[in-house]
Amino acid sequence: MSDTKGLTRQQMCDRLAMEFEDGWVVNLGIGIPTLTSNCDFGDKAIIFHSENGVVGYGALAAPGKEDMHLVNAGGQHVTLNPGAAIVHHADAFGMIRSGRIDVTVLGAYEVAENGDFANWKMAGQKGGGIGGAMDLAACAKHVFVAMEQVTRSGRPRLVERCAIPVTAKGVVDLVITNYGLFEITPKGMALKEIAPGISVDEVKATTGCNLIVPREVPPVRLRG
Amino acid sequence: MSTKSKIFDTFAAAVADIPDNVTIGFGGFAVVGQPANLTGALAAQGAKGLTCVSNGLRGGATLPEDAPTLEWLVRNEQVKKVICAFTAPTRASQRLVFTEYYESGRIDAELVPQGTLAERMRAAGAGIPAFYTPAAVGTELAEGRETRVFNGREYLLEEALPLDYAFIRAYQADAFGNLRFRRAQRNFNPLMAMAARVTIVEVEEDILPMGAIDPDDVHLSGIFVHRLVKVPPAPEGWWPMRPAEIAARAAQQGAAR
Repeated sequence: MSDTKGLTRQQMCDRLAMEFEDGWVVNLGIGIPTLTSNCDFGDKAIIFHSENGVVGYGALAAPGKEDMHLVNAGGQHVTLNPGAAIVHHADAFGMIRSGRIDVTVLGAYEVAENGDFANWKMAGQKGGGIGGAMDLAACAKHVFVAMEQVTRSGRPRLVERCAIPVTAKGVVDLVITNYGLFEITPKGMALKEIAPGISVDEVKATTGCNLIVPREVPPVRLRG
Repeated sequence: MSTKSKIFDTFAAAVADIPDNVTIGFGGFAVVGQPANLTGALAAQGAKGLTCVSNGLRGGATLPEDAPTLEWLVRNEQVKKVICAFTAPTRASQRLVFTEYYESGRIDAELVPQGTLAERMRAAGAGIPAFYTPAAVGTELAEGRETRVFNGREYLLEEALPLDYAFIRAYQADAFGNLRFRRAQRNFNPLMAMAARVTIVEVEEDILPMGAIDPDDVHLSGIFVHRLVKVPPAPEGWWPMRPAEIAARAAQQGAAR
């Protein structure tokens, strides 16, 4: 069983979404990050970009009202917001490689203190699933990761060096887990905010690298 | 303009002459624009030693379990190699026939970042033999391969990926093969068509007379399109289904067994 202490997955995405700025173009990976499209952005205009060329998608379609020609990169039936456009795959990735994506939120197996991360291949696996992650990780202006603090068997996902093949090197800016918010700084991994009900000692005990901890760690900012 | 018709009556006729040992692109993404009918026809036709290019092996949740996908060709032992952005299942609950063949070495696979896969076919269709991309630099995929630094950043050399055949699905076509796609249906489809020597299209709406699509509204020129087949209504033709319809269908089939 995975550790379900601390933040819910939706709260993890809500916290990352607070970092988005008005007008940002955002690409969400499969898994936990897809919940980011449910976040309340207030009066900020956020444009969701999908690898399959849907630019400006909105909420999930209601059951029975799905447009069978319209999915996001996670295969979810979505709706279109006013101003949406459709392009083909090469143009969608042209937007990625040429730096038009302000942030990508990705899931991960491991994030290292130097900003490397791994999310396409598990240990010992032959083959894997890259999808758009390598293009996004190499080229988005910001790379945020949303993942659980530990693996199903309780091992840290925040590590000194990735043990499994990386998706990209030195690209991660910010990590949210159910235990807190972490920033990759030039000096290493820093704990910025801590989840309610979690102690600094618990964070340290479940982190596989040195952690820069300020004297006072503020709680994770949550809406409402 | 040739007077030879591009319109075929059946999927079987449209794939009949495909020989062994060719490279075929299978368009679509998460079922949308996925050529399930042509894939089924190729499984029946039986060409072997195929190299199959596709985003993944199956697609997504909006085709019923028994719909034709690359998995059919794998099970029929028609596949020599796949070139994909996903060789593993995209959901933890999914199991692929392919995995068993791949792990035992009976099928080879080339795993490619999705943007690189799209661009390699775009390049083939644009007459460009190779290009440099920042994707996959510093990863296992780049080991032992040529990189080059431009403006202080390292890029990986990738070669164009030409196809012998492209199987794609479109919303509308005229008799010349000018195509329109609907919503997310475009995805890899125009790129595969441009990369291929022979493009075969399954078309959702009745095939229109030449000139019925305004030239400004054509998404892919008929220059890149060679064969057209209209998708018949279900159950003769395969169409994506809503999650609730798939569940109902599976329950019905379970009861019938």
